[in-house]
Amino acid sequence: MAGKLQLKKTPMKEQPPEERIKNFNEVPYGYTVEEAIAEANRCLQCSPPPCVKGCPVNVDIPGFIKLIKEKDFRGAINRIKLTNNLPAVCGRVCPQEDQCEKACTLGKIKGGEPVAIGRLERFAADWEAEHGVETPEIIEKKDGKVAIVGAGPAGLTAAADLAKMGHEVTVFEAFHKAGGVLVYGIPEFRLPKSIVEREVENIKKLGVKFEFNRVIGKILTIDELLNEEGFDAVYIATGAGTPRFMNIPGENLIGVYSASELLTRTNLMKAYKFPEYDTPIKVGNKVAVIGGGNVAMDAARTSLRLGAREVHVVYRRSRIEMPARAEEIHHAEEEGIIFDFLTNPTRIIGDENGRVKQMECIKMRLGEPDSSGRRRPIPIEGSEFKMDVDIVVVAIGQSSNKVLLQATPNLKLNKRGYIEADETGKTSIEGVYAGGDIVTGAATVILAMGAGKTAAKAIDEYITNKKKR
Amino acid sequence: MAEIVSKEKIAENIYSVQIFTPLIAKKCKPGQFVIIRLDERGERIPLTIADFDRDKGNIRMVFQVVGKTTLQLSRYDVGEDISDVTGPLGNPSEISNYGTVVMVGGGVGAAPVYPIARALKEAGNEVITILGARSKALLIMEEELTSVSDELLISTDDGTKGKKGFVTDVLKELLDSGRRVARVWAIGPAIMMRFVSELTRKYNVPTIVSLNSIMVDGTGMCGACRVEVGGETKFTCVDGPEFDGHKVNFKLLMERLATYKEEEKRALENYRKSIEEEGE
Ligand SMILES: Cc1cc2nc3c(=O)[nH]c(=O)nc-3n(C[C@H](O)[C@H](O)[C@H](O)COP(=O)(O)OP(=O)(O)OC[C@H]3O[C@@H](n4cnc5c(N)ncnc54)[C@H](O)[C@@H]3O)c2cc1C
Ligand SMILES: Cc1cc2nc3c(=O)[nH]c(=O)nc-3n(C[C@H](O)[C@H](O)[C@H](O)COP(=O)(O)OP(=O)(O)OC[C@H]3O[C@@H](n4cnc5c(N)ncnc54)[C@H](O)[C@@H]3O)c2cc1C
Ligand code: FES
Repeated sequence: MAGKLQLKKTPMKEQPPEERIKNFNEVPYGYTVEEAIAEANRCLQCSPPPCVKGCPVNVDIPGFIKLIKEKDFRGAINRIKLTNNLPAVCGRVCPQEDQCEKACTLGKIKGGEPVAIGRLERFAADWEAEHGVETPEIIEKKDGKVAIVGAGPAGLTAAADLAKMGHEVTVFEAFHKAGGVLVYGIPEFRLPKSIVEREVENIKKLGVKFEFNRVIGKILTIDELLNEEGFDAVYIATGAGTPRFMNIPGENLIGVYSASELLTRTNLMKAYKFPEYDTPIKVGNKVAVIGGGNVAMDAARTSLRLGAREVHVVYRRSRIEMPARAEEIHHAEEEGIIFDFLTNPTRIIGDENGRVKQMECIKMRLGEPDSSGRRRPIPIEGSEFKMDVDIVVVAIGQSSNKVLLQATPNLKLNKRGYIEADETGKTSIEGVYAGGDIVTGAATVILAMGAGKTAAKAIDEYITNKKKR
Repeated sequence: MAEIVSKEKIAENIYSVQIFTPLIAKKCKPGQFVIIRLDERGERIPLTIADFDRDKGNIRMVFQVVGKTTLQLSRYDVGEDISDVTGPLGNPSEISNYGTVVMVGGGVGAAPVYPIARALKEAGNEVITILGARSKALLIMEEELTSVSDELLISTDDGTKGKKGFVTDVLKELLDSGRRVARVWAIGPAIMMRFVSELTRKYNVPTIVSLNSIMVDGTGMCGACRVEVGGETKFTCVDGPEFDGHKVNFKLLMERLATYKEEEKRALENYRKSIEEEGE
């Protein structure tokens, strides 16, 4: 097998851009068995493997790739699932270029690309979906009762792990569906909702109970969960759900959306199928999306698919500072999204009915690096200009949702308004743990999952000790 | 899932339903609302909790048929389920003994006024209620409001019952009569809340309005419900729904309520057509 080293990744087939901007179907098709094996063959099986260190949940990467190589696909997926409960999701949305693939030896040699670890992970997960899931047997029953608040990746991971450890787990979710950002934020064409549903079904099979339409802080408080409902511990995983606005004039005009609203209407409520589904959405002719992260890319590509003629991404820094995943930027460019770099909105202008008509922007230049290490954008005086737009989508970030926090005044928060928790997720209230975006601020799926895993272990220990007392 | 346990048409196009949601019934307070989604394809719409029975586990909602979802709900029968009910949402009304309070309920807004008036009455206030509607046939909640009010005044636009005119005419008379009014609550169409607020501002009477902006999640996660209060942007679902009427930008509220006019018309027409086809 020691043939010539294949320097580049085995390509993954995709829907062509001209086609895909007209539908919401997933863009990449995923590897076939042959492609997956070809790609797995590229792995050098380094020891110690640098890639594993790049993975926040330490998936045994060389291990599962070796099993793919040996055509033991069941073995491969089981190996991944030892540490990752949502492989079909992670294979699709993790920023691999900053994590496992960044550390890959092949990527370090001249002209080389790392092994496509994410694509292989996706392959293994999709193989399992097609061939049936083996539900692990829960070996030992424990008598802990845990409430999880929020069914995003952090909450789902903690729930699954605690259930596998034998605890009785109930997930309380504010929305009518589980998945968090995976169902209301990340679009169908990037992460089909059927995949999230599949993963949630697997978690249900572990015995986890879900209570939907339950906004904790309103219907029940943390205190009530612990002291009246009989839970031994609570895990708060409510995410960073509150959209930020720019506080510029005109931001409440009709046609200005937060990315969260645009995406929730489209993904969770299926507004792209209006009027078959009841929730409406305004379709723009010319859309400006403000921001440079994954959320901005998703909003821009969604707007295009909803039927906008022209979509701009307006970003105050330059391309290299954009925090979005490389693949998303690449896909957006292929689809014809126009990037206006070094540009910052100063006000939004409406017509006589209060609808967006134009947006005024100012040109920026980059100065010295700021606290984030990125070069600070500075406005260029007198460079204001107007662009005609009818929809503006604000995607400049999220902050913590206050509903639960306000109802829990004894829960200590940090300066940025997120929950203060130690590395195991322990908070200032006994028996209450927290993790994911509600602790770190908006981050990534895999980090949220990592937090869920660590907390599950800590909660298990806490309950075991408590029962001994 | 929540089962409809009673349903009644209480005026032209206005219905009252009770649903079985024990936990919400146990927790809710006057001034709060729920968000319902009728079925898998449904929109999430907010409705105020117009009454609750903690023992039976029911909450009551009173709604006016204005579009697709409310029309669809009006066609549900007792025994049928509403797929999703989330709540209680929003901040409860601030109940305290203010002295004399005037409760102004316009149209379907009379329903949310009821539990607030009742709580204020229980807190020791003298409660004067002004109930308004376009016409006698559209007046609702008269009996309930009478039971919790020291005085009930009625106005109809066409004069078919009570004073001919708007609720603001009745309110103005009351304020002019020299009665000391400590606080006004006004709930109803945006335009009514605006006129009430403009009037009471002249008399320096603190006025609370309950805003009905368009919502999606109802938990502060989308910003659809943005309103301007005192020049600042607020989210109605988590910062409200009650605000100081003297500070609300009603023009913006009314513009934003019209965001989906065309889409709503289309959805309603489509639905009407599907009902007709079903009926054939
Ligand atoms: C549009 C978008 C695109 C993204 N793309 C990527 C990507 O490509 N790759 C990547 O790694 N990351 C991406 N992210 C970030 C990633 O999705 C988040 O970091 C991750 O979902 C955080 O997980 P979480 O479990 O902490 O919270 P969330 O996923 O936010 O889930 C929180 C859950 O808690 C529920 N909840 C909130 N309050 C309450 C309450 N009081 N009671 C009950 N339930 C409550 C919410 O409804 C929600 O379901 C993206 C984020 C967005 C918004
Ligand atoms: C906090 C709150 C409490 C409310 N309480 C009541 C109540 O007790 N009784 C009652 O009859 N109505 C109430 N409403 C208004 C009610 O939600 C709307 O009438 C309903 O959403 C209309 O839906 P539709 O599909 O029938 O009509 P549509 O044709 O969709 O809309 C008709 C009008 O209703 C408004 N509307 C549409 N969608 C929404 C939405 N998702 N959220 C809010 N408003 C919307 C718009 O102004 C629109 O022009 C309340 C609204 C809010 C925000
Ligand atoms: S309804 Fe979404 S933030 Fe208020």
